[in-house]
Amino acid sequence: MASLTTRSKVLEQTPLNLMERLYLPSIFKGMAITFSHIFKKKATISYPEEQRPFSPVFRGLHVLNRDEDGRENCTACGLCAVSCPAEAITMEAAERQPNEEHLYREEKYAAKYEINMLRCIFCGLCEEACPKDAIYLSETFAPSNFTRKGFIYSKDQLLIPDPNTEKEKYQVAKGLREVHKKNKK
Amino acid sequence: MGQLQGKCLIIQQKLKSSMTILQIDFFYFLEKLLLIGGVITFSLVIAMYTTYAERKVAAVLQDRLGPNRAGPFGLLQPLADGLKLFFKEEIIPLTSNKLLFVIGPALAMITAMLTSAVIPWGSTVNIFGRNVSLQIADVNIGILYVFGVVSLGVYGIMIGGWSSNNKFSLIAAVRGASQIISYELAMGLSLIALLMMTGSLSLKTIVEQQMSGGWGGFLGWNVLYQPLGFLIFLICVFAECNRTPFDLPEAENELNFGYHQEYSSMKLGFYLFAEYINMFISSAIVSTLFFGGYDIPFVNEATLAHTLGGNVVALLGVAALLAKIVFFLFFFMWVRWTIPRFRYDQLMDLGWKKLIPLALANMLITAIVILWLNK
Repeated sequence: MASLTTRSKVLEQTPLNLMERLYLPSIFKGMAITFSHIFKKKATISYPEEQRPFSPVFRGLHVLNRDEDGRENCTACGLCAVSCPAEAITMEAAERQPNEEHLYREEKYAAKYEINMLRCIFCGLCEEACPKDAIYLSETFAPSNFTRKGFIYSKDQLLIPDPNTEKEKYQVAKGLREVHKKNKK
Repeated sequence: MGQLQGKCLIIQQKLKSSMTILQIDFFYFLEKLLLIGGVITFSLVIAMYTTYAERKVAAVLQDRLGPNRAGPFGLLQPLADGLKLFFKEEIIPLTSNKLLFVIGPALAMITAMLTSAVIPWGSTVNIFGRNVSLQIADVNIGILYVFGVVSLGVYGIMIGGWSSNNKFSLIAAVRGASQIISYELAMGLSLIALLMMTGSLSLKTIVEQQMSGGWGGFLGWNVLYQPLGFLIFLICVFAECNRTPFDLPEAENELNFGYHQEYSSMKLGFYLFAEYINMFISSAIVSTLFFGGYDIPFVNEATLAHTLGGNVVALLGVAALLAKIVFFLFFFMWVRWTIPRFRYDQLMDLGWKKLIPLALANMLITAIVILWLNK
C-alpha cells in the first residue's frame, strides 16, 4: 500500500525502563519547571493602571475634527455614511447662517451627526472616505454605558474640544497620532 | 454556741476545699477551651488564606499576577469570597434528601476540624505558674484517632453526593469513597513501619523522640529513616485530601464539579473550605510524623530555653511547625499546578498494585532491620 505522505517517520517505541516507569524523576523535572516560572516575568498587564502601547494605526472611537480656528470641518457630505459597511452613521445637513462663520468652516454643516458604537466595526472606512479630514478614529476605546441607547453617540459627544479654548483636552482627544506621523517622516 | 461555731467552721472548710477543686477544674476547662477555640480559629483563618495562597501560587506558577484588587496585594480576597458565598441563594434541590443534604457539608467540616485535637502544636508554655500543653488532647492512640476521623471524612463526600440525587454527584461520590478507602490501606501500612520504630501511637511521644536526635533534633527526624514510608504516606495524603493529581471526585471537566455540584451558597463554601482545612491538618500531620513536629532543626531546645526562657522557645517551636506546614501547603499547590489528573484505572492501579506492595515491603524491611539492631 502506498503511504499517504512522504514525510512520515517510524518512531521506535522502546518499553519504559525502570527510571521512567517510576515516574518520579519526570515528576520532579516537571516540578522544577513550574518552580522556575516563579521567577519569570509576569505576562499580566494590570489594565486600568497600565496600558499597552498603541499601534500608530490603532482604530478607536471616532472624533469629529475642528480646524486651527476651532471651526468644524464636517460639511455633511454623507460620504462616511455611504462608505460605512455597518451603516452605523446617520446625519442631517444644514446651511450655515451668515453669523456662524466662526463655527463651521464651509457653507454646509452637520446639524445632527450620530454614530451607533454598537453597530460600528471600527474598520476606519469613514476616515478614508472623508474628503475634509473631519472624521478620524482616535485612541479612546472600550466605551461603557448602562443602556444600548447610550451607545448611539451624538454630535456633542463626538466633537473634539476646541483647540483654542480647551487646549489640553484637545491634545488628549487628538492622541499620539500627530507624534506618530512626525516620527514616520 | 461552741458546737454551732465548730459546725460552721467545718462547713467553711468543706466549702473551701470544694472551691479549690472547682477552681482547678475551672482553669483546666478554661485552658482547654481557649486552646480549642484558638486552634479552630487558627485553622479556619489558615484555611481561608490557603484559598488565597492557592490562587496566588497558581498565578505565579503560570506567569500571572493573581488576585490583587481586594485590599493590599489582594489580601482581603478570601473575605470577599466568603461574603459572596454567604449572600448567594441557598438552593436545596426538590428531589434531594433534605436532611442528608444539609448534614453532608457539616460532616465534611466537622471531620476536617476534629483531627486537629491530637496534633501537638508546641511543647508546654508556662502561664501564671501553670504548665499549659499546646496540644488539645494527648491521646495515647493519637494516630489511630487520626485514622478513624479521616475515614469518617468519606461520609461527608458520600452523603453529599448521594443525597443530591444527581448522577454526576453520585458517580463522583462513589469514586471519592473508593479512592479514599483504597489509599487508606497504603497509608496505614506505611505508618506501621514508622510505628515499629517509635513504639508509640501518641503524636507527642513521636515528636519528642524525634527531638532527641543529633544535630539539635534534625538527625532524629523520621523522614531520614523512613524515606519510602514518607513518600507513600505523602502520596496517600494527596489522595485523601482529593487533591490533584487525585482529584477525581471533583474532576471539574468530567463530572461538573463532582459531589458538590448541587450545592450552593455557604454549603458549597463548607465543602471547599473543608478541603483546605484537610490540607492544613494533613500538612500538620506529615510535619509531625516525619519532620519533627515543633522541633527547631539544628537547635538544641533545652540549652536555648536556658538563655531565652521556656515560653519563647515553645513559641519558636510553634513557629517552626508552622513553617513546615506552610511548606507542605505550598507543596500541595505546587504539585497541583504541575501534574495532570490520573485516570481512574491508573489511580486504582497505583493504589492497589504499587503502593500497597511497596508499603508492605517497607514494613518488612523495617521489621528486619529493627530485629537485627536489637539482637
